[in-house]
Amino acid sequence: MGHLIRYIVARTLMTVPMVLILLTIIFAVLRLMPGDPVSAMLGGHAPEHVIELKREQLGLNRPLHVQYVDYLWSVCRFDLGDSMVLQQKVTDIIAEKLGATIELTVFGMLVTVVVGVFLGAYAADRRRTLGDSAIRLYGIVVYCIPVYWLGLMLQLVFGVWLDWLPIAGRTGPRVFPSDFERTGFYLVDTLLAGDTESFFDVLVHLVLPAFTLGLTLSGIFVRLTRANMLDVLKSDYILAAESRGIPRRRVVYRHALKNALIPILTMMGLQVALLMAGAVLTETTFSWPGMGRLLLERIYLRDYPTIQGVIIVFALMVAFISLVVDIVYAVVDPRIRY
Amino acid sequence: MGAGETILSIKGLHVEFPISIGTVKALQGVDLDIVKGEVMGLVGESGCGKSTLGFSIVRLLRPPGRITSGRIDYRGRNVAGMDEKELLRIRGRRIAMVFQDPLTSLNPLFSIGQHFVETIRTHDRAVTKSRALEMAGDMLESLGISRQRLGEYPHQMSGGMRQRIMIGLALVMRPELLIADEPTTALDVIVEAQFLDLLEELRGRFDLTVILITHNLGNVAQLAHRITVMYGGTIVEVAPAGDLFRRPLHPYTEGLLASIPNIRLDRPRLVTMPGSPPDLVDPPAGCVFHPRCPRAMDVCRRERPPSVSGDGRTVSCWLYKEVP
Amino acid sequence: MNGSPSGLLGRVVRYFSSMGGKYGVEWWILCAGAALVGAIVLMAVFSGYIAPFDPYDQAAGPQLSPPGPTHLMGTDNLQRDVFSRIVFGSQTILKVSVMAAIISSLVGITMGLVSGYAGGIPDKILSLIMDAVYVFPGLILAIALAAMFGPGVINITFSVAIIYIPTYFRLVRGQTLAVKQELYVEAARAIGAGHLTILAKYIFPNVIATTVVVFTLNVADAIMIEAALTYLGLGLPPTVVDWGMDLAMGKKFLPSGMWWLVTFPGVMISLLALGFTMLGEGLAEILNPRLLER
Repeated sequence: MGHLIRYIVARTLMTVPMVLILLTIIFAVLRLMPGDPVSAMLGGHAPEHVIELKREQLGLNRPLHVQYVDYLWSVCRFDLGDSMVLQQKVTDIIAEKLGATIELTVFGMLVTVVVGVFLGAYAADRRRTLGDSAIRLYGIVVYCIPVYWLGLMLQLVFGVWLDWLPIAGRTGPRVFPSDFERTGFYLVDTLLAGDTESFFDVLVHLVLPAFTLGLTLSGIFVRLTRANMLDVLKSDYILAAESRGIPRRRVVYRHALKNALIPILTMMGLQVALLMAGAVLTETTFSWPGMGRLLLERIYLRDYPTIQGVIIVFALMVAFISLVVDIVYAVVDPRIRY
Repeated sequence: MGAGETILSIKGLHVEFPISIGTVKALQGVDLDIVKGEVMGLVGESGCGKSTLGFSIVRLLRPPGRITSGRIDYRGRNVAGMDEKELLRIRGRRIAMVFQDPLTSLNPLFSIGQHFVETIRTHDRAVTKSRALEMAGDMLESLGISRQRLGEYPHQMSGGMRQRIMIGLALVMRPELLIADEPTTALDVIVEAQFLDLLEELRGRFDLTVILITHNLGNVAQLAHRITVMYGGTIVEVAPAGDLFRRPLHPYTEGLLASIPNIRLDRPRLVTMPGSPPDLVDPPAGCVFHPRCPRAMDVCRRERPPSVSGDGRTVSCWLYKEVP
Repeated sequence: MNGSPSGLLGRVVRYFSSMGGKYGVEWWILCAGAALVGAIVLMAVFSGYIAPFDPYDQAAGPQLSPPGPTHLMGTDNLQRDVFSRIVFGSQTILKVSVMAAIISSLVGITMGLVSGYAGGIPDKILSLIMDAVYVFPGLILAIALAAMFGPGVINITFSVAIIYIPTYFRLVRGQTLAVKQELYVEAARAIGAGHLTILAKYIFPNVIATTVVVFTLNVADAIMIEAALTYLGLGLPPTVVDWGMDLAMGKKFLPSGMWWLVTFPGVMISLLALGFTMLGEGLAEILNPRLLER
C-alpha cells in the first residue's frame, strides 16, 4: 500500500506544472492577443478616457509580469474577479452553473461507457460477423456526427415530431429549482427534498442532452474497447480460462473486459477534453444552463473576467480529472503499484 | 501398456483454417487412440498440427479454425458433435490443459485464489467460496507452494511457480486426461527438469492420462510411453517410445531422430533434414512428406500411403506393407 | 488491343479488386472516403455551375418552403435557396479546415523535428507546454481564440490551426527521438552530415507516413471544430455562406418542425468529416496496420 500512496503523491505533484502551464496559456491567449479586451468589451467605439478608466479598474495598465503574478495569486485564492456585466463575483456565477455541467457530463459519460464498452466488447467477441461490421461502422459514423447536430436531430425526432421529451432547459415550467436547490445537482437535490415529481421532471430533461453527449463520444469507446478486447482475447490466459471450462460469456465479459478496461481507462483521461468540448456544444444546443452556455453568453456580452474565469475552471477540471483517472488506474491495476 | 482401456479415440479428423489466401488444411485425416494411464508424446516440427490436434480434443480451436469432419470420441461420446453446454462439462473437469507459457497463462488481474475459486465453482456450484479456497490451498501445498500465496497476483510469482499453479488449476477438478501443450518451452533447463519430474509424480498421484505435445524429443524420451510423430497435418508414425528410438520406421522419424544430438550416439554427426515444412494451403499430392523424403518413390507422389499396424505400432509409408 | 474504353475499365476494375484482395475492407473504406471527399471538393470547385440560385439571393423563392422540385432542400426564413447555400458553403468549410490543418502540420512538424532532434531543456519545456495544450479541450481554446481574434476567414483558420499544433508536435517529436537512435542516423553523422541534412534526409522521411494519416484525420476534426465555432456564432461574419452558421439559423425554426434547415447542413458536415475520417482510416491501415490499434 505504501507504493500506492507514494505514487498518488508523486502524481499529484506532477499536476502542479501542468496547471501552471495551462493558466499561463490562458493568460497569454486572453492578454497578449491582438485586439485589446477592454476596447473589444466596450464595443470599440468608447471614448479614450472611458477605456483608460476601465483598464485602470481591471489593472490592465500595469506591467505584464505584475499582472501575471497577480493573476496566478488570485487563482490560488479562488478569486476570479468580478463580472463586468452583473455586479457579481465570477466564482459565484460559476458555482451556480458548475452543477449543471457536471450533471450533464457525468450522465453523458455514463451513456458513453455503457454503450461504447458494451458494443465494443460484443463486436470483439463476434469478430468478423455482421454484428461486428455494423458496430464498427457505427463507431466511425457516430464519431463524425457533430454533437450539436446530433442534438438538433434528436430534438427534432423526440422533441418535435414525437413530442416525448423536452428539448430545452433543466426543468419544466412548473418546477422551480429554488424549491430544492442545494448542491446544484438537481437529480440529487430533488431526491434530498423528497420531491419525486420534480425528480422525474429533471430526469426527463436530462435524457436528450445526456444521450446526445454520450452517443457522440461512444464511437471512440467502441473502437478503443474493440481494439483492446481483440488484443486481450488473443492472450493465453483467455484460452487457459476457456480450457478450464469457464463459459465463454464469463471469459469475455469478466476476464477479457476487465483487462481491456485498463488501457481504456488511461485513454479516458484524454477523452475528458472531448467530453468538455461536447458539453459546451450540448449546453448551447439544449439551452442547458451550465458553464459552456455561460461562456458563450459572456463572450457575446464581452464579460472578460467571467470568460477568463470559466476557461480557468475548465482547465482545473481537466487537470483534476486526469489526476483522478491516473490514480484510479493505479488502484485498479495491481501491477502498477509495484 | 497396450492392454489398457481406450478413453479417447480420434477418427478421420480434419481441421481447416480458412484465411484470405485459401484454406489451411491443418489436420488431414488423423486417427489416434489414447489409452488410460499412458503418457502419449506428440512430436513434430512447429506447424505440423500437433497443437491443433491438442486443441481440437477440447474444441478450443482459434477462430476461424474448425473441425470439418471426423470424430473425437471421449468415453463413447463424440466431442466434435457436442453443444457448448456439454463441452463445458468436459473442459477442465474431465480433460484439462496446461500451456506453453506460464507467464501469460494466468489473468494478471485475478489473484491466484480467484483463479481457483472461479474454476472450482464453475464446475460445482455447491462449493462455497471458503471451501473452494481451502481446496485451492491444499492443492498449492501439494505442489510445494505455501497457501499464504493465494491472495497474491501472478506477477508476484516466479515462472516455475506459475507453471505449478497452472498445473494445480488444471488438476483441481481431478480430470482424467491432461493435455500439456509445450509445457516447458518457456522455462529454463533446470526448472524444466523439475517440472517434468513433477508431472510424472502427479500422473501417478492423480491417476492421469497425459498427452504431452512438444518439439523436444528429450522430454518425451524421459516421460512418454508411446510417441506419435506428426508431419504436415498427418500422423506418420505411432510407436512405443523405446521401439521408436531404437528402430524408427518412417523416413521422417528417422530424420527427426538424426537431427537431435545425443539420442543416437552411433550417428557420425548431426544431420539436418533438407527442405522445409509443407505449405498446408496447397499440400503436396500423395504423401505430404515426399518432397523431402530421401526414399521417395513414384507411388508416394501420387497416392497417400495407408496406415499399417502391428506389434503395437503404426506407420503410414509406402515402404511398408506391414510392420516389420 | 488496349486503349479501348472497355479494356481500360477492365484494368481499373482489376486493379481495384486486386487492391481490395490485398488490403481487405480497409481498401474499400479508403475508396469510399476518397469518393466522398472528391465529390464535395468538386462541389466546392464548381459551385457556380451546380447551384441553381445565388446563395445570397433573398428572393429565390417563398419563405420557409419545404424541399420540392424547384428548391431541392427548401428555402430559409430569408427566402434563400438552401441547396445553393449548401453548395457554396462547402467552399468555406473546406478552405478553413484544410488550410488550418496545413498550417498546424507545418508548424507542429517543424517544432517536433527540431525539438526532438535538439533535445535538452528547451525540448523538455516545450513538451510540457504542448502536453498541457493537448489535454485541454481544443474547442474551448478555439472558442477563446476566435473570440479574441474576431470574425474573419483568416482568423477562424488560425483559431482552428493553433489547437492542433500539439498533436503533430507530440507525434513527430516521439518518432524523431526514436529515429535519432537508429544506426543509420549515427552513421550519417559519423560521415559528417550536417544537422539539416540529417533532419531532412533521414528523419523527416521516416516521420511523414504517419503524419499523412494524422493530417487526414486532423482535417476531419477541423471540419467539426470549424462548424462548431460558426454554429456558436463565432469566427465568421454573417456575410459568409457557411454550413455551421446555417445550422445555427435553422435551429431557431426547429421547434416549429422546419426540419430541412437543420438536416441538410448537418448531413453535409457529417459526410465531409466522414469522408476524411474514412480516408485516414484506410490510409492508416494500409500504411501502418498497427497505428490506430493503440
